[in-house]
Amino acid sequence: MLRIIANRVLVAIPTLILVSMLIFGLQKLLPGDPVTAMAGEDQDPQLIASLRVKYHLDEPVPTQYALWVRDVVRGDLGASLRTDVPVTSLIAQKLPVTLQLAAMAMIFAIGIGIPAGVISAASRGGALDYGANVFALSGMSIPNFWLGIMLIFIVSVRWHLLPSSGYVSPTEDFWLSIKTMLMPAFVLGASLGAQLMRHTRSAMLSVLRTDYIRTARAKGLLRGTVVVKHAFRNALVPIVTVLALLFGELLAGAVLTEQVFTIPGFGKLIVDAVFNRDYAVVQGVVLVTALCFIVVNLCADVLYVLLNPRLRRS
Amino acid sequence: MATPAAPVHASAAASQTTVLPRRERRGLVKFMRNRAAVFGAALVLLIVVMAVFAPWLSHYDPVQASFMTVRQAPSAAHWFGTDELGRDVLSRLLWGARASLLAGVVSVCIAVAIGVPLGLLAGYFGKLVDGVISRIADALLSIPFLILAIALAAFLGPSLTNAMAAIGISAMPRFVRLTRGQAITVKAEDYVEGARAIGLGHARIIVRYILPNVLPPIIVQASLTIATAIIAEASLSFLGLGQLPPSPSWGSMLNTAKDFVSQAPWMSIFPGIAIFLAVLGFNLLGDGLRDALDPRES
Repeated sequence: MLRIIANRVLVAIPTLILVSMLIFGLQKLLPGDPVTAMAGEDQDPQLIASLRVKYHLDEPVPTQYALWVRDVVRGDLGASLRTDVPVTSLIAQKLPVTLQLAAMAMIFAIGIGIPAGVISAASRGGALDYGANVFALSGMSIPNFWLGIMLIFIVSVRWHLLPSSGYVSPTEDFWLSIKTMLMPAFVLGASLGAQLMRHTRSAMLSVLRTDYIRTARAKGLLRGTVVVKHAFRNALVPIVTVLALLFGELLAGAVLTEQVFTIPGFGKLIVDAVFNRDYAVVQGVVLVTALCFIVVNLCADVLYVLLNPRLRRS
Repeated sequence: MATPAAPVHASAAASQTTVLPRRERRGLVKFMRNRAAVFGAALVLLIVVMAVFAPWLSHYDPVQASFMTVRQAPSAAHWFGTDELGRDVLSRLLWGARASLLAGVVSVCIAVAIGVPLGLLAGYFGKLVDGVISRIADALLSIPFLILAIALAAFLGPSLTNAMAAIGISAMPRFVRLTRGQAITVKAEDYVEGARAIGLGHARIIVRYILPNVLPPIIVQASLTIATAIIAEASLSFLGLGQLPPSPSWGSMLNTAKDFVSQAPWMSIFPGIAIFLAVLGFNLLGDGLRDALDPRES
């Protein structure tokens, strides 16, 4: 088992190196010379030369990359070109907001997706299955930013039930924080729940076809017991992997959700950075997102081995 | 020894020509019996008609502002109402179908044009070629689709063309992985071994024997990725990184509409429904094609 885990970690290393190269290479896509843009209207040659030295732009590209990696490993992602605040501080400030949104969205996704998938598989071909499939397909096809706008219109503008935008820290006012996050979390969780429902249904159907389920039924066990105790437990293994894969979508979806509900999180940070042409922040956010995604996938791989007795024994 | 082989080869070829159309016909019948898939195909056709015939179907200029008709509710003159500059929402919706469809199709073409050859090379040659291509695909896959598209669009600059390039590059690794996996399976088949035994070159084997056999899952993936690409284009335009105003796009229409949701909800409702129907259409079509082309998946 340890060998499998070590193997997964080893595979993640070259991926990480390539991701870092890719993110470093992004700045090379910029049209024109960034230093001349920074030098302003005066275009003072001395200032341009000093900026070139400051940002190591006078060095060859491989050296620039090596220096950038060295800084990243030390936890230095550079500073915002606009505010001069270190990118790591900005991320540390915004990440908890997005994590709260992501956690609440996951609760919605799991709370809707898994029961709907189990019920759909257990009543294959019936009205419940049909209804769950319509829900899943609709959830996957509705753009979450539109769902957010519509919910603001109905729930906040028309019914005055929940706040339409903003963020309140849970340490400040716990219940108001939950209330403010409820709508964005539902918006973000609904599409994930739809995908989770499809994967759960598929995993459940393949387990329900196996011989041991047939045997359990033949033994006279109750249908509910067979579905929940025997089938669902075994279907959980692929569902865990899917949850890790959905983590990436969660981060991407947070960008749009935070924009619609004006939540000052990680996603809004990247969008604001894009419009302020603050490329150091864009690079930092993309790098941290990729790192989180790789680590979550690695954890899912390890969990997969731990949950699967056949792999555990090998 | 060569003479008896010829009739066997000829009969095999003949049987193949009679079996293949039947299999395709069976797939078509299966697709036509799938009501959801037919509904999806009809939705896609509707979007295509909207995009192609937009100049004839729309009664108003989609770009020209008209300050006499600002934010008017749906009426006989403006079926879907007007926006904050008095432009007809229906006309903008019809023209916006072009941007969405173009973005969906072009970005998937970019993804297929880069991803499929790379996947074929990785799957066919294996070893170092596979290692390098697969690691690049893994690296791209480890950055969430939309975040990568946002980053690329940010560095390339906001425009519909750059958004399409960004979405295409972000979707490309999916095709690399899919094609690679299929190519590995197909290259182990007897007819590929046979082609190699008679001395055909690698390029010819890949193009004539492997590519046609890996196409069905790629077609299915392409139709499903068009749905993702339409949402991605709408998302980028919503964030201001796609189609730039005043040119209409469903995403950019929603971007403006969100500020007027309490005064003019119709500005948000109709573009959202349009995106939903287009994405639903391609999702249903993709599911239907998968069921028809690959019975194992259904």
